[in-house]
Amino acid sequence: MSAWLNLRNAFVVALVVMLALVPVYAALIGNYFLMSLFTRIVILAMAAVSLNLIMGFGGMVSFGHAAYLGIGGYAIGILAKEGINSGFLQWPLALAMSALFALAVGALSLRTRGVYFIMITLAFAQMVYYVAIGLDRYGGDDGMTIYKRSQFGDLINLSNKTAFYYLCLVLLLVAVYIVWRIVNSRFGMVIQGARSNDRRMRAIGFPTYRYKLVCFVIAGTMCGLAGALLANHTDFISPAVMHWTRSGDLIVMAVLGGMGTVFGPVIGAVALLVLEEVLSGVTEYWQIIMGPIFLLVVLFARGGIDGVLLGARRD
Amino acid sequence: MVCFWVRVVTDALLRVEHLSKRFGGIVASDDISLVVPAGELHAIIGPNGAGKSTLIGQLAGELAPDVGRIHFGGQDITALPTYRRSQLGLARSFQITSLFPDFTVLDNVALAVQAHAGHSFHFWRAARSEDALRAPARAALARVGLAERSDVLVARLSHGEHRQLEIAMALATSPRMLLLDEPMAGMGPDESSRMVKTLRELKREQTILLIEHDMEAVFALADRITVLVYGRTIASGTPEAIRANAEVRQAYLGEQEPVHG
Repeated sequence: MSAWLNLRNAFVVALVVMLALVPVYAALIGNYFLMSLFTRIVILAMAAVSLNLIMGFGGMVSFGHAAYLGIGGYAIGILAKEGINSGFLQWPLALAMSALFALAVGALSLRTRGVYFIMITLAFAQMVYYVAIGLDRYGGDDGMTIYKRSQFGDLINLSNKTAFYYLCLVLLLVAVYIVWRIVNSRFGMVIQGARSNDRRMRAIGFPTYRYKLVCFVIAGTMCGLAGALLANHTDFISPAVMHWTRSGDLIVMAVLGGMGTVFGPVIGAVALLVLEEVLSGVTEYWQIIMGPIFLLVVLFARGGIDGVLLGARRD
Repeated sequence: MVCFWVRVVTDALLRVEHLSKRFGGIVASDDISLVVPAGELHAIIGPNGAGKSTLIGQLAGELAPDVGRIHFGGQDITALPTYRRSQLGLARSFQITSLFPDFTVLDNVALAVQAHAGHSFHFWRAARSEDALRAPARAALARVGLAERSDVLVARLSHGEHRQLEIAMALATSPRMLLLDEPMAGMGPDESSRMVKTLRELKREQTILLIEHDMEAVFALADRITVLVYGRTIASGTPEAIRANAEVRQAYLGEQEPVHG
């Protein structure tokens, strides 16, 4: 039991409590921009958590993970545009489309390794990006406004900013919990074994390809949900959410926070986006400060911020 | 655990027929035929470049032969992928230690057990607390003398311990046959003799194909020996017959000191 009492877990609990108190604080000081910022942080944290499942635990560095944000988002946007506002229809479709896309990308890209894998995932994401630009009916390059958020009847009103924030936060925590269960299950052992030594995994009798593919689909689906949330949050969807730099942002979040643990990407997302917000208030060239910080973390803190908190137990 | 005390010569567990493999102009396997009955410890020796690794690669399914067939337990496995062969009971250890360095010793072996415990599409229960995986893993570790090192990260083990773990992982799958690729490579004399002791224990209940450089170990352990030179079988027989074979002495042992052991 005492193993649970350490600096890092105390930090994680503090972070979750802080996230839970954001709406209270925002209401007290009357700063609603803070709410909006943290809703975005929580949603992108979920995307980073899903990326970390394949990248941190499975060793599959997907450089096209933002595509699922777009696919989830466009599923909401397109249905809304066509007059279908029911969340019970929109959300399952967003998840299903993301899962299908992940299945197609994974089936091809998982036959390759290393740089080729990165390039193929990037290529697929770019493909979807340009397809979205070509969708004239749905705003093309400019994107489109979503006039009505997903309707869930009397269950929850997503237009209520506080309710929506807590929905996002709960879904994030559920996502973290699911990833934690997966990672420690038999399936998770296979995924981590394949990252560590794929050849040996096959030699002891695991068809690693199909396990990695299923993992890839789980991560894509989870990120598709984040996409559906993001579209509802911004009331807007455009190809920009799928730009390759957004995929890069997700990787930075996971690396910055720490890839070795399920909670690391949440820390990374909060750190990156808060820092971005603070620094961009100081100077227009905030990236000049952000870059070196990221570099220092990568060079000197292999496990990311989470690794530092854990006292770098692994070496 | 089934024990193969009785050696029935007709009961060939592994049968290799006319195996050939070329890499460009180099013939790495040249019409190799081989029969390993259940219960036998069959050693394959040969100078560097004799094609031992190519042979084991083809047996394990990592290399496809150009010509020839491989039968295992009466089934033609020539076209089967690596993981299927492993599931049929053909377990291999690697010449260059090939483990999961960021897992503990017990995790490594438990993973090998898991590989043979049905599919692994179980997403919820914590695998590290499943007795069905941990107990057989502990048993395999005990058999190679690594029981006390269970919770150590593999990256922290000594070279000799890595080699022992290799064998424990092969054993944990309850294989019908072990393919051991130079288990004594890079070991000091103490570690080597410990490994010989472990293998002597194992051969009582396990069919083993052993590829090894350490002549002393091979002659101490093998029931039969096959000698490869330039991908070709130049001799196959009991250790006594091999030691007495003039061609072997000339081709392989010629310039070195005579074999003893």
